[in-house]
Amino acid sequence: MKCDFCKNNASVFLTQIIHGQMTTANLCDACSKQKGVTDEAGFGLAEAFLGSAAAPSAALAELVCPACGFTASQLKKIGRMGCPECYSTFREGLDELLRAMHKGLQHEGKRPQVWAQSQPPVPVAAPPVRKARRTAVPKAAAPKAEAAPTLEQLRRELEEAVREERFEEAARLKKLIDGFSAAETP
Amino acid sequence: MEFQSLIDHPSDWMQGSGPHSEVVMTSRIRLARNLRGFPFPGYSQEAQRLELMRLARPVVESLGAMQGDRFSEDYATLSKIRKQVLVERHLISREHAARAAGCAVVVDARQNLAIMINEEDHFRIQGIRAGLDLRSAWKVVDTADSELEARLPYAFDAQLGYLTACPTNVGTGLRASVMLHLPALVLSEQINLVIKAVGKIGLAVRGLYGEGTEALGNLFQISNQHTLGESESDIISSIEKVIERLVSSEINARHKLMEENATMLQDQVGRAYAILRFAHVLQSKEALTLLSMLRLGADLDLVPQCDRSVLDNLLLEIQPAHLQWRAGSELSPLERDIRRAEITRSMLKNLQGPATLPNPPSSPPQGTSPHE
Repeated sequence: MKCDFCKNNASVFLTQIIHGQMTTANLCDACSKQKGVTDEAGFGLAEAFLGSAAAPSAALAELVCPACGFTASQLKKIGRMGCPECYSTFREGLDELLRAMHKGLQHEGKRPQVWAQSQPPVPVAAPPVRKARRTAVPKAAAPKAEAAPTLEQLRRELEEAVREERFEEAARLKKLIDGFSAAETP
Repeated sequence: MEFQSLIDHPSDWMQGSGPHSEVVMTSRIRLARNLRGFPFPGYSQEAQRLELMRLARPVVESLGAMQGDRFSEDYATLSKIRKQVLVERHLISREHAARAAGCAVVVDARQNLAIMINEEDHFRIQGIRAGLDLRSAWKVVDTADSELEARLPYAFDAQLGYLTACPTNVGTGLRASVMLHLPALVLSEQINLVIKAVGKIGLAVRGLYGEGTEALGNLFQISNQHTLGESESDIISSIEKVIERLVSSEINARHKLMEENATMLQDQVGRAYAILRFAHVLQSKEALTLLSMLRLGADLDLVPQCDRSVLDNLLLEIQPAHLQWRAGSELSPLERDIRRAEITRSMLKNLQGPATLPNPPSSPPQGTSPHE
């Protein structure tokens, strides 16, 4: 099979469903690299953003992620997020994009144990566009026996580290604890 | 574990075994995971990546599976050739190999589990098994993931699941890939139909080593594209079903070739054997194609007592970075071709030649009349 863009033999065969329309493309190695297809992820996203999804992009244009400073235009250009908080920041218009890429819009399957035990948190930085969504939590993965939340353990380890003046270790533990606390306080 | 011993000890999944190993080379599962409070690696400062690695690497090294003789390397100290060797072994990705400071990889002693730190996501957790065995690859990564999540604050959203740098991975963050050897579907020219059909059901098909899929070792990689809206188990089940169908198509195609084109088949296998055993200059593409034919011959018992793990190892050893690592220096393309032939001759020197089929094909091929 020949590459759709040049005369070489195609080696990358891409099928995508974009807005319910199936498209196929055959590319050779060089073209696929050039178009970012072998990049696993970038292609569809770029298409969706630059192509028919142009309308919502106008609305996104002004947005900047308060957590990391990533902008809507960077998102449009790179097709990737800057940090986890970006998902809240750029929530609007995201569903349409995700629907084109995935089977559904609700995560199924595994979830972190720490998470399953606590309330879904409100994002740290107030999202400018997103209405907090509280979808029912589907059946959590079967709880495991050794479920003991390690936050307590970490706090103990931290105390110990401070007592023994292992400050580098203490700083590491502190950072982890902060992360957990952020995940647990609603 | 030292780099040398990582390379000298073939991993579990290179033993030419596992379910459906006559068609399925390996099964891989990778999970994309990120921490709250850190920008994704592609949008972070070097200082932030270093900080994340300082926090996370000790935790990764403390995982149950990583006890014992693990391999753990910071990219700041890993040479280009070594990284490339790891890529050829599928232990790290090409993208990750291109990065430097603030990146690391940790591999367990049996090379079933590899965790990349600061790839496109903070963590890429990868499990590899021989043959069609996605379930046990999943088990390996699931366990490591659960241990990590207990000690590190993951970025997770009740609706969107695990948050990833690229929205194509959000949700489960899971990519299941199966590597297949499909020579009979290629020889019988059914492969394009198969690829189309597989593409239609939302799976991606890639030729293994880039350009000219048909010519390069007849190796194909099939993986899921959707990660949101389906559980891990459902993703794995649906890909398993497709692979099982492909395996039986390939096996049927092999039987058909044996019945209808036995002479052509024996000729191809015989030529492959002869060239691999006696050539002194072997280009990569040619070697991969011939090895594919030899493997097919072994699978069909045309080549007696052929140990498939030797062929699997050879497939790795003849790749550019492996050749250069063994040589201890960079090699020009011609030097590589010479060394490739040398290694091939030596690894196959005890292999017996293909036997002639006990029952000659009933209809002689065109051009050889019985009167001659």
